[in-house]
Amino acid sequence: MNCNDFVELVTEFLDGALPEGDERRFVEHLAECSGCETYLDQFRQTIAATGELTSDGISSDARRHLLTAFRDWQREA
Amino acid sequence: MAGPRELPTDEVLVQRLRSGDEETFALVLDSWSGGMLRLAMSFVSTRDSAEEAVQDTWLAVIRGIDGFEGRASLKTWVYRILVNTAKARGTKESRTVPFASLLPQEEEGPTVDAERFRAPGERYAGHWVAGQEPRPWDIPEDHVLRGEVREVIAAAIDELPPRLRTVITLRDVAGYGSDEVCALLEISPGNQRVLLHRGRALLRRKLEAYLSGAHDVASGRGHA
Ligand SMILES: [Zn+2]
Repeated sequence: MNCNDFVELVTEFLDGALPEGDERRFVEHLAECSGCETYLDQFRQTIAATGELTSDGISSDARRHLLTAFRDWQREA
Repeated sequence: MAGPRELPTDEVLVQRLRSGDEETFALVLDSWSGGMLRLAMSFVSTRDSAEEAVQDTWLAVIRGIDGFEGRASLKTWVYRILVNTAKARGTKESRTVPFASLLPQEEEGPTVDAERFRAPGERYAGHWVAGQEPRPWDIPEDHVLRGEVREVIAAAIDELPPRLRTVITLRDVAGYGSDEVCALLEISPGNQRVLLHRGRALLRRKLEAYLSGAHDVASGRGHA
């Protein structure tokens, strides 16, 4: 396996979706290539950092409106 | 791999919501609305419109919680309502995201610049060109810099083509598994992975560019 193939298979590898033979070649390449080892590590760090995103929520007006709607709905029910 | 935050089990959440527990409603509202907003942005053209889609979704959740049957997780159920709501809005704005169609041109080609690999015919063709291999980096511990890293990622996600943005948002921000995302968007596992991989590779590239600059900052050059 070459590096340019390796970098395209990272997500499949992480999802455990590589066919057995490809997974073996992927791991063999990983053991021998520090550039690709770094690439995989950076991919993992990117995924982890993306998971830390706490995107801004909805506006405080919308939040207040929805909390009121929840309260009113429950009162009617 | 649930979401980023620990919430009570669905059973507890649903029972509390049905009994009118406002604290629980505020909890799910605050936990999920951010991700929902990002997701809605994939289907509509403005942030206002996305926010309205999120609001409409929550109103539908409030009205429909008694009818929730628990066949999917609560969050999946909420997200499905959102996707349908946002899609309907997007269609009205004629901004549909054709998930089923072939990949558009800009989403094809290698995810790492071909010039970083040795050309075909060269010795070790397809291997990293010396000096072009990724240099190890660590996401800084410092929480200010960590915050900057998150801003870089958030900005990069906003710039992604819509379908890449949607899949990244579901998988890596909201923490869904591949099966759930395929079901939610009605795409094949292979298609889902291609979109996810391209999205992640683009984010990695932005981080690489940012972190190679940030090292200078850390070594005392200061930054604007
Ligand atoms: Zn390699």
